[in-house]
Amino acid sequence: MIHDFTYLKPGTVKEALTMLADHADECKVICGGQSLLIVMRQGLVTVDYLIDLKGLDELNYIKCDDKEGLKLGATTTHRTIEKSDVIKKSYPILAAMEEKLASIQVRNWGTIGGNLAHADAAGDPAPVLISLDAKVKLGSAKGERVMTLEEFYTDLFETALGEGEIILEVQVPPMAPKSASAYQKFNLLENDQGIVAVAVTLAADNGVCKDARIVLGNAGVTPIRAKSAEKVLIGQKLTDQLFAEAGVAAAGDADPVSDIHSSAEFRKHLITVLTKRMAKQAWDQANKG
Amino acid sequence: MEKKVITLSVNGVEYELYINPKTLLVEAIRDHIGLTGTKRGCETVSCGACTVMIDDMAVKSCSVLAIQADGRKITTSEGLEKNGELAPIQKAFLDEGSYQCGFCTSGMLMSSEALLRENPTPTEEQIREGIEGNICRCTGYNSIVRAVAAVAKGKYAEVKS
Repeated sequence: MIHDFTYLKPGTVKEALTMLADHADECKVICGGQSLLIVMRQGLVTVDYLIDLKGLDELNYIKCDDKEGLKLGATTTHRTIEKSDVIKKSYPILAAMEEKLASIQVRNWGTIGGNLAHADAAGDPAPVLISLDAKVKLGSAKGERVMTLEEFYTDLFETALGEGEIILEVQVPPMAPKSASAYQKFNLLENDQGIVAVAVTLAADNGVCKDARIVLGNAGVTPIRAKSAEKVLIGQKLTDQLFAEAGVAAAGDADPVSDIHSSAEFRKHLITVLTKRMAKQAWDQANKG
Repeated sequence: MEKKVITLSVNGVEYELYINPKTLLVEAIRDHIGLTGTKRGCETVSCGACTVMIDDMAVKSCSVLAIQADGRKITTSEGLEKNGELAPIQKAFLDEGSYQCGFCTSGMLMSSEALLRENPTPTEEQIREGIEGNICRCTGYNSIVRAVAAVAKGKYAEVKS
């Protein structure tokens, strides 16, 4: 049973930020609501004011150029990202990740900004975007700021969003030359959330791994950078032995829980295997490009 | 809480509703408008039984606030037929026996219809992906896939006179 609330629908971003400032500690923001309405129905979230950003076309855009990289407006739907030709061409990993996110119905209505702000550690976009070194532009009535998506996540379902602040835009830098990303989640139903997930972005330079960003999904309370695994790879000519070592290191970086889906031990095992595989896959692709 | 007036165009008919803003789209369609073809299933965005189309786009009506669909064009399973004649996808479901208990049927019809509007000639894999958000607990997927494939192959195309 959803508790009663007062519904507010701003026509512009400016109006939305004013409404947020007016009702800062008694409101919640809804966009597609594909996650929020579930927890509202379960009574886990109750609000006095619900501010609906779904209709803000101002934030519904995909911009991409070689210098600035990719900019996604917060109200852009998952399906729009999945179907975007420019994303398929320049950031194929994002389109591939979206294609396996929940169901078509959810992707048709759910938005990238809503997904990231909901901060479910098992969400698909965050690990991939963090591996691509994405940033988020946040806005409130007081002004705007930009932070890395990695810093954005502070705890389970907790973010760095301050009072009256919302995500306006996701910014992804241009892919480095000879770089590639790979992402895989492990689950029992293909489009379910991952029991764990691993995203790897590697850059190659003359056969040496110049840079590595490895991010683990659902392996802790927030997406986790597997920094010791990255250290295993950076500066090396990569071999199967090193991919395997990176896998073991990544499991050490993880802090998973045991739940009905899997034990913590099995999650660590999955991280070992997926990190090894995704690092190899990204490396092979990076050296082709 | 302040009630709101919204307008929903459902199957080509305009309805003006006076609703509590927490009303879900599926509640507006079933309880306020009285069209019960759309089913309430899991209500956790999992099963797809409540699938309807908003502007030709499949969505789960249990996870959309009715007020978010204000002014939009909604199609439910009742809106598939034209002038008393079943739509191709409905005829195909009958011919292929794509029903067991029938609870998933209206959602399956809407996902299939949305898929065919977006891609009139899907491959079998694309059909299976197209109904990925709909669960048939009788596991009658093969007959549903056959029905969509039959429409895609033009079996129910109107003969142009």
